[in-house]
Amino acid sequence: MPESSFISIQGVSKHFGSIVAVDSVDLEIGKGEFFALLGPSGCGKTTLLRMLAGFEIPSQGEINIDGEQMSTVPPYQRPVNMVFQNYAIFPHLNVFQNIAFGLRKDRLPADELEKRVSDVLSLIKMEGFGERKPDELSGGQRQRVALARALIKKPKVLLLDEPLGALDKNLREQMQLELRQLQKIVGVTFVFVTHDQEEALTMSDRIAVMSAGKVLEVGSPEDLYEHPQTRFVADFLGTMNVFDGHIHARDGDSYIVDTRELGRISARIESQDFSKGEKMSVALRPENLQIVNSQSMTVMDGSISGVMSNTAYFGNSAQIYVELEGSDQPLVVSIQNLEGAASKAAHGNREVTIGWSKSSVLLLKDA
Amino acid sequence: MSKSSLNSSSGWLRSYTVIYLVFIYLPILFLPLFSFNDGIYVAFPMSGFTLNWWAEMVNQPGMHKALWNSFSVAVPVCLISTTLGMMGAKALTTYKLYGARALTGLFTLPLVTPFLILGIALLISFDNYGIDLSLFTVGVGHVLICVPFSLFVLLSRMESFDRSLEEVALDLGETPWMMFWRVTFPIAMPGIVASLLLTFTISFDEFLLAFFLTGDASTLPIFIWSQLRFPGKLPAVLALGSAILIVTVFIVIVAELMRRKGSANSTENVI
Ligand SMILES: Nc1ncnc2c1ncn2[C@@H]1O[C@H](COP(=O)(O)OP(=O)(O)OP(=O)(O)O)[C@@H](O)[C@H]1O
Ligand SMILES: [Mg+2]
Repeated sequence: MPESSFISIQGVSKHFGSIVAVDSVDLEIGKGEFFALLGPSGCGKTTLLRMLAGFEIPSQGEINIDGEQMSTVPPYQRPVNMVFQNYAIFPHLNVFQNIAFGLRKDRLPADELEKRVSDVLSLIKMEGFGERKPDELSGGQRQRVALARALIKKPKVLLLDEPLGALDKNLREQMQLELRQLQKIVGVTFVFVTHDQEEALTMSDRIAVMSAGKVLEVGSPEDLYEHPQTRFVADFLGTMNVFDGHIHARDGDSYIVDTRELGRISARIESQDFSKGEKMSVALRPENLQIVNSQSMTVMDGSISGVMSNTAYFGNSAQIYVELEGSDQPLVVSIQNLEGAASKAAHGNREVTIGWSKSSVLLLKDA
Repeated sequence: MSKSSLNSSSGWLRSYTVIYLVFIYLPILFLPLFSFNDGIYVAFPMSGFTLNWWAEMVNQPGMHKALWNSFSVAVPVCLISTTLGMMGAKALTTYKLYGARALTGLFTLPLVTPFLILGIALLISFDNYGIDLSLFTVGVGHVLICVPFSLFVLLSRMESFDRSLEEVALDLGETPWMMFWRVTFPIAMPGIVASLLLTFTISFDEFLLAFFLTGDASTLPIFIWSQLRFPGKLPAVLALGSAILIVTVFIVIVAELMRRKGSANSTENVI
C-alpha cells in the first residue's frame, strides 16, 4: 500500500444495462507508481480505465485524483491522459501536429512549441520524424507517438490501455524496458492495463488482478507471485499446480491438508486462517518441485511418486509432466538445464519421485 | 455446359451491354452535337458547323436571371442539406440509436416517393400555412430530396470513422465543439465535399419540384422548358443543355473521386 494515495477509487461499479462490467472496486494508487491492471479479456480493465479518463461515468462509487472528486469532471478537464489500445493517431496530421495537438490552448510562441515537441521527440527517440505522416510509421513508432502526444501534456496520471498488445514479441520486450525507463524519467503515475501476466510482472510496482469485474488481489509482483491468496491469482500468474483439498488439522506452525492427488501433506502457516474441515486449494509452483533420489528425499517435507510422461524443453530450463496415480492432471515440475540436466532427465516413461519443502506449499482460499 | 454456349451467352451479354449503353448515352450526345449544327432542325444530315447558338445562348436575356436564381437556390440547399446530412450521419454512427435502421429507411422515403406526389404534397402544405411560392419554397423542397443523398454519402464516410480519435481529442483537452472542428470535420472532409457537390448538382438540375414550388421566378431548368415552346430557340437550348451537362458530369466525377479517395484513406488508417 502506498503511503499517500494519489488516485483513490472507492466502491466503483459500472453497469451496461444488465452487464456488470466493473463490480465495487476499491483501489488506492500512489504518486509516481507504475500500477498494472491485469486480468483476462472482458474482465473490465478498459472500463475501469475509461472511468479514470472520464469517458464512462461510474454507476456507483467515487473516484478522486490528487484530492479532487472526479465524477462529474469531463475528460477534457481531467489531469490525466490516455494512450489508446489502437493508438488512435490522427490520420490527417503529421507526427509533429499529432504531438502538438494538446498544446493549442497554451498558445505557445512558435519556437517554444517547436522546442517542446522536439524535446519529446528525442525522449521517444524519434528525432527528425516530425514531418512524417502516420501511415509512414511502423507499429512501434505509432505507439511512441501516441505516448508522446499524451506525455507532452504533462499529465498527473498517464493511462495506458494495452499499449504493447499490437506489437510483435521482440519489439514488445524492448518497449517494456523503454516504457519503464521513461516512466522513471518523467515520474508520472502510470496506470497500465494488460492481460499479459509476464508483462505485468516485469514492469509494475504493483498489480491489481481483476476477474469478472472485481479486483481479487493487489500487491507487488513478488507478493502476488509467491504468496497468492486466491486460486484465480495463483493460476493466472505463471504456471501452477493446484489441487482441491480440505484442512485436516492444525499442527504447530503447519496445517495438515488432505488432497486426493497428493495425499496428506503439510504446509507452513502464513497469514491466512482456515477452520478445520474447510474446503480450500493447495498449490505448488513447478520451480519449487524437484526430482529426488533416496538421499535427497530425507530433506524434503513431502514427496510423491509418478511416471514421467512428457517434457517441454525451453533451452535454459525444461518442464516435466509427471502422471500421478488417480489423477488426470499431471504435476508440472520445472528443472534448470544445468549441464544438460534437462535433456538427460527427459528420457520418458520412467518412474520418478518428486519432493518439496513445506514452506513452498501455498494454501489458497476458494474464492 | 459446353464452352461454345458459354461463349455465345457472354457474346449476347456483350451486345446487350453495348446496346444498353448506346441507348442511354447516344441521345445525350445529340445535345452537344446539334448545338454546333448550322440549322434549327435537329435532324440528319447536319448542315455545317457554327458557334452562333452558343453565342445566342450566352446573350439570352432571361438566361442570366434564371442562372442566378438556380445558384441562389442550389448554394444554400447544398450547404443546409450537407449540414443536416452530417448531423444525421454522426448521430446514426455515434450512438446506438434505438431503431437506427428504421430511421435510415425513413430518411430515404423522399427518394422513392414520386417527385410529382412530393411536389403536390408540398404545394398543399405551403398553401395551408399561407407561405407564398418563391425560390425559398423551391429550396425547401430541394433540401427535402437532397438530405438523403447527403446522408448516404456521409454515412459511408462516417461508418469507418474511428470513435477513439474523437476521444483522444477530448482527452487532450479539447471541448466537444473544438473536437468536431479539429478532428471529425477534417477527417470527414472528402465526404463533405462529395456531398456538397452532389446536392448542388441535384438542386441545380431539378425540374419537377421547382416547377411546382416556384412562384414567378424561374430556375434554369424551368427557363429551358419555357424556351422549348419556340422552335427557333431550340438550338440555343441545346447549347445551354450541353453546357450544363458538361459542368454536371465534371462535378459528379470530382465528387465520386473525392468519395473514393476518402474511403481509401480511411481504410488505410483503420489498422
Ligand atoms: N459500451 C459498452 N456497452 C455494453 N457493454 C460493454 C461496453 N463496454 C464494455 N462492455 C462489457 O463490459 C465487460 C468488460 O469490458 P472491458 O472492455 O472493460 O473488458 P477488458 O478487460 O478491457 O477486456 P479486453 O482485455 O478484451 O480489452 C465486457 O463484458 C464488455 O462486453
Ligand atoms: Mg480492453
